[in-house]
Amino acid sequence: MSDEKQTDRRGFLADGARVVGVVSAGVLGGYLAGQRGQAEENRWQIDPDKCVGCGNCATHCVLDESAVKCVQCFDMCGFCNRCTGYYTLDGLDSRDTAAADLLCPTEAIIRTFVEGKAGQDFYEYTIDTDACIGCAMCVKGCALMNGSLYLQVMHDRCVNCNECAIAVACPSDAFVNVSADKPYRLKRVALGVMRQKAGKADTAAQKLLDQVHADE
Amino acid sequence: MAAETPDLMFPVPEFSDHPIPTATIPEVQGEMGPVLDVAILFAALCLASYFTLVSRSRRNVLLLTIASLLWFGFWRQGCVCPIGATQNVALAVFDPTYVVPLAVVAFFILPLVFTLFFGRTFCASVCPLGAMQELIAVRSVAVPRWLDHSLGLVAYIYLGAALIFAATRTGFIICRYDPFIAFFRLGGNTDMLIFGSCILMIGVFVGRPYCRYLCPYGAILRVLSCFSKWRLSIPPGTCINCQLCEDACPYGAIHPPTVAQTPGARRRGKRQFGFALIASPFLVAGFWWLGTTLAVPLAQWHPESRLAEQMRLEELGIAETTTDASDAFRGSPRSVDELYQSALTRRNDFVTLGGLLGAWTGLVIGFKLIYLSVRRRREDYQADRAGCVSCGRCYWYCPVEKVRLGLISDVSEALPAGRTPTGPLVQLTAGGKKP
Repeated sequence: MSDEKQTDRRGFLADGARVVGVVSAGVLGGYLAGQRGQAEENRWQIDPDKCVGCGNCATHCVLDESAVKCVQCFDMCGFCNRCTGYYTLDGLDSRDTAAADLLCPTEAIIRTFVEGKAGQDFYEYTIDTDACIGCAMCVKGCALMNGSLYLQVMHDRCVNCNECAIAVACPSDAFVNVSADKPYRLKRVALGVMRQKAGKADTAAQKLLDQVHADE
Repeated sequence: MAAETPDLMFPVPEFSDHPIPTATIPEVQGEMGPVLDVAILFAALCLASYFTLVSRSRRNVLLLTIASLLWFGFWRQGCVCPIGATQNVALAVFDPTYVVPLAVVAFFILPLVFTLFFGRTFCASVCPLGAMQELIAVRSVAVPRWLDHSLGLVAYIYLGAALIFAATRTGFIICRYDPFIAFFRLGGNTDMLIFGSCILMIGVFVGRPYCRYLCPYGAILRVLSCFSKWRLSIPPGTCINCQLCEDACPYGAIHPPTVAQTPGARRRGKRQFGFALIASPFLVAGFWWLGTTLAVPLAQWHPESRLAEQMRLEELGIAETTTDASDAFRGSPRSVDELYQSALTRRNDFVTLGGLLGAWTGLVIGFKLIYLSVRRRREDYQADRAGCVSCGRCYWYCPVEKVRLGLISDVSEALPAGRTPTGPLVQLTAGGKKP
């Protein structure tokens, strides 16, 4: 008899605990859902204005091949013949394309001649994304001049870890969470230029802007 | 839309017939909707609960385990998982500026609710980390009770630490020290791979070492599982006390029947209970004090505190070189005083938080002592409410279950030579083991 009573009491306590558990889970879920507002799913991205090109992106990503790649913002590029993002400082004068004179360790920057104008030669520098390892050598070099090269987390590769290993290693707090439908960033100066360009019915610029998260 | 003209060192040239191109960046790929993700988790939990409690099929549980390992582990690459979601939820609760995706909240809450009703079926065959260890637990040895109980406390302390680190944005340590994520992604840093390999190697001999001694989410589920409405029961009928299930359980989660206590043992037990009850507040207070002294090392987990220290060393001329972080800080608009102030505030916060972590540790130890000194009477072999992960190995070996399934006609056929069936507890020695 006393055994039964004990079982009853225990069952009652367990029922009570269960009700409390379910209710508090519901309250917690409701609270977080209410607080969430209109925010979307998050993605990791680099704020290029904060990035210092330390090179951690190449080495700290959990993927064998880092999800971070270099992007060229042509509207900020001077198309220089003597490009400090392409050549090492030693290679600048000789403009020799021997590997020792190039900054990029994987030859992921493609240099193509565009036009000679007013005694000056202009070259276009494009990034071979498959070869790029996100080491930021060129980004650091380019920062000496116009700073048109910048790093971005590529969302066809990024697995969106809960805690990004590069974000942990980033020395300048450049890793930010952005919404998944606009998962990229532009430098602040580039944003204005891109908007101008998109205003002139440039579809490529418009497409880029659609992918870019901008907090005003 | 203000037309900003960039202040460039070299202006962008205007070419005669070469428009300035725009770089293309890839779309988000390989994405499935969060709704589908949560639906699959829900379905897996339903299946797991059905297989363990209703159809009682070890084979199906095992198949689901493999499927979960492949899906949540290797295909979805283990992220986000309920274990890590704990931190997102903690951060969202303590820091309203952080917005947690609803799918993550669902991942955190669903297994909790399921555990309240069906026991730890999530651990059984949905969690990819559990699945990995489940499949390699082949040569399990029994862990001594005292060691099992002591190591089990680590998970609660880990949970406490993970919560305060997440709530203060110091870091998501559960994700950083995830044992198998490097395997799921087929690549990762060396520390992760070494840690994961160690867990795997230990896991061959000690069943589910991560789940039992480290998993912070498992720690929550353990508590909830004690209140679960239904849970795995070993024999479908009367237990014949053959001890096969206890031998089969690699996780030491099956308790033998108890024997009647001598009056002496009963007195000792009561004394023990009283001692535990009195000791608990002292434990809480002592560990609270210990925790407050840990403020500095705890705060240093936060990158900004390390940066502040580095800046200070550089200012005083003690540090010989600058770091990337200090260089970056000098290039930022923030002032050093502001940085120091924020680091000092954080240190003060961690006095409180460290104290809380200490008090929590004391509470967990005290509770364990009380729990261990309470005796429960068992007439047959029963799965531990907290420790059982519902893997279903026990009923796979249970002779009574085999009779029910019609695999054998009499329980004696399933018993190894020399082991006598039948229930009477008389046959058992004081420790509950056969001689």
